[in-house]
Amino acid sequence: MSLKIIVLAKQVPDTRNVGKDAMKEDGTINRAALPAIFNPEDLNALEQALRLKDAYPGTTVTLLTMGPGRAAEIIREGLYRGADNGYLLTDRAFAGADTLATSYALATAIRKIGDYDIIIGGRQAIDGDTAQVGPQVAEKLGLTQITYAEEILNVDEKSRRITVKRHIDGGVETVEGPLPIVITVNGSAAPCRPRNAKLVMKYKRALGAQEKAPAPACHPEGVAALAYPELYEKRPYLNIPEWSVADVNGDLEQCGLSGSPTKVKAIQNIVFQAKESKTLTGSDKDVEDLIVELLANHTIG
Amino acid sequence: MANYYTDIPELKYHLNNPMMERICELKERNYRDKEEFDYAPQDYADTLDSFDKVLEITGEITGEIIAPNAEGVDEEGPHCANGRVEYASGTKQNLDAMVKAGLNGMTMPRRFGGLNFPITPYTMCAEIVSAADAGFGNIWSLQDCIETLYEFGNEDQHSRFIPRICAGATMSMDLTEPDAGSDLQSVMLKATFDEKENCWRLNGVKRFITNGDADLHLVLARSEEGTKDGRGLSMFIYDKEEGGVDVRRIENKLGIHGSPTCELVYKNAKAELCGNRKLGLIKYVMALMNGARLGIAAQSVGLSQAAYNEGLAYAKERKQFGKAIIEFPAVYDMLSIMKAKLDAGRALLYQTSRYVDIYKALDDIARERKLTPEERQEQKKYEKLADAFTPLAKGMNSEYANQNAYDCIQIHGGSGFMLEYACQRIYRDARITSIYEGTTQLQTVAAIRYVTNGSYLATIRDFEAIPCSPEMEPLKARLVEMANKLGACMNIVKEAQNQELLDFVARRLMEMAADCIMAHLLIQDATRAPEMFAKSAVVYLNYVEAEVEKHSSFIHSFNADELVNYRQ
Repeated sequence: MSLKIIVLAKQVPDTRNVGKDAMKEDGTINRAALPAIFNPEDLNALEQALRLKDAYPGTTVTLLTMGPGRAAEIIREGLYRGADNGYLLTDRAFAGADTLATSYALATAIRKIGDYDIIIGGRQAIDGDTAQVGPQVAEKLGLTQITYAEEILNVDEKSRRITVKRHIDGGVETVEGPLPIVITVNGSAAPCRPRNAKLVMKYKRALGAQEKAPAPACHPEGVAALAYPELYEKRPYLNIPEWSVADVNGDLEQCGLSGSPTKVKAIQNIVFQAKESKTLTGSDKDVEDLIVELLANHTIG
Repeated sequence: MANYYTDIPELKYHLNNPMMERICELKERNYRDKEEFDYAPQDYADTLDSFDKVLEITGEITGEIIAPNAEGVDEEGPHCANGRVEYASGTKQNLDAMVKAGLNGMTMPRRFGGLNFPITPYTMCAEIVSAADAGFGNIWSLQDCIETLYEFGNEDQHSRFIPRICAGATMSMDLTEPDAGSDLQSVMLKATFDEKENCWRLNGVKRFITNGDADLHLVLARSEEGTKDGRGLSMFIYDKEEGGVDVRRIENKLGIHGSPTCELVYKNAKAELCGNRKLGLIKYVMALMNGARLGIAAQSVGLSQAAYNEGLAYAKERKQFGKAIIEFPAVYDMLSIMKAKLDAGRALLYQTSRYVDIYKALDDIARERKLTPEERQEQKKYEKLADAFTPLAKGMNSEYANQNAYDCIQIHGGSGFMLEYACQRIYRDARITSIYEGTTQLQTVAAIRYVTNGSYLATIRDFEAIPCSPEMEPLKARLVEMANKLGACMNIVKEAQNQELLDFVARRLMEMAADCIMAHLLIQDATRAPEMFAKSAVVYLNYVEAEVEKHSSFIHSFNADELVNYRQ
């Protein structure tokens, strides 16, 4: 049996390592100050897809991401680990999307890809923490969904059903669903495998159209001239396909800002002003006092 | 550390050494693989870029998987059950990650599934891995036994075995026995030819075999009945899939707990000959050991780096008498000398690996076509340099690793003696480096001929002719004086015509030569990258100048008649 798997992945600012310039004056994220990374739970999802590829030869893994030109990096990271190809949804009209417009765009692109058995992504992205996009994609495509997956246990060819262990409060449960299906993967699933040396050497020059442009807008610090331009004709797999709204037959109204009913009511910019520090010894009393204090001001508990 | 490669910029500096251009051109045969293999490089710049990216993968796996596992592996260790070795759980994860990342069979040609990397970037990976877990360094680095099989095995053996190593099969070199440690000539494991099955059979016991339950073994055995010396020994390939070799026990060791050291029992184990009979020890094991010595030198540099990192971090953080202890001269003296030894030792390691790379690449080209007279000359030159430098790289770096680990604990004070800090593991792990693959005393035996025949001194004089920055000129002038002292000591010992005296002072002579060589290499590095190496060059020169003077003074005032007071 061979499966056709689409992995949904997002490039996110690394909100886990926030420095002092992480937020702008107006309270929005300062993307320039935070490194752009592969959303952690999407990497867990990619690993589940690659394990299915290992288990069922002939399986293909396709990455789908939406973002600016530099988000082609997500496709490369997937290729370095064993994915077969990928698409970058990129268009000014996609910008400013909330979860509704994002899931609309992704669902439209998935329809364009057409042939799929499993659509898998991370539970949520660390920049928004909504966990809505996966489920909304499933709804838009009219597919069954399994969320909070920790491990795909089995895919039965005959019945075309998949068995998944999922994380629930206080434990795990094993559930079954029909293919095609949407699965979102929890961070407690197996970590993603490392990049593979040969694949890195093979795909390291794979670029999206925007990245290939001289002095690309998405890499202002990038070099003016493309290295080894002849390779892109000889090796078609080095060209990462970019899709615009028109390419996926999308409705402009439902994309980006215009397709996003979510409105931000207010942004509060909270800056920790306190400078004093507290030194604790290892004594039981100090530790106990700290616990009491943290409980009292609702930091924990 | 997050990434054990990118966090240590000295590695990339050595990767970009100007000699690499020649190495890559030879190893890649002018980049002919690019049409046939999608992962082959286009040109020199592309090759370096690939090395850089693969080293980054190694650094990331080391930082994210191997380092966090190291403490658990040290505690859990491998186990022996039913004649097989079960690695510690962390070791299994480490190995799995390295194999999945495609980092095995790194130096093998692409037609066998390898990456066709030179020894230098491979050695860097070995150093990186060992900085986090020296024991795992052994398991992973033993893949370089495949070099020997590639050099001396036949085409059929290449096609059957090399792809398996590239896919992650592990290796061991089964040399030592209960009564044959340093003295491998007395190996007794018996190899007999089985006429009926048309194969060799191995019977006997091997001891202290690192990673002894590996998938593929290179075995030194006595194929010539009735012989007693090295000329009766041949090298065999044993494939675990054939069965016949069991692990009797795993040694309980002071350090490198993750690396299983095995006692092996061969019971009529089926094996095949590698290369020609009788050349096992005198040719193949010598090649094998040279590769392994470079590996231990890399492991030692990794440990030195780890010791320096731990010592530095603790000294910055620990406050006594109202300030961080790193501000006290007694402490920064230790740290600066650790760093200088680390930088000097690493410079020697990669100088050696580059020499090895050039002559091995030319050796390999010679299997395809006749070398031109110039190439033959180049091959000879670098082979000689590699042979002379290898015992220095192994001997000095393993001693430095021990010294740095000792100082690392010293910086930690009482806390360093407690088991919860990493420095105690580094200290225990470092201890073996100056013992296995030939003790420092045996590295001296290998090196001393290059002292007495003037090779080292000639190399040092060549180094003196290399231009350096104006800042380094005064250091170089002092180095000329140091080399003069080496020359004078050499003459004293040679003129005495006393073998016992020569053996007695050999270690001192070897260290004098090594000190001068490493100081020169650091001056060259400080000329190219002063921001990285200038401090170490000064610190190291001050250190070795006193060392050379110490040895020189000893040799000058020593009278061979005094040996009677030393004999026990």
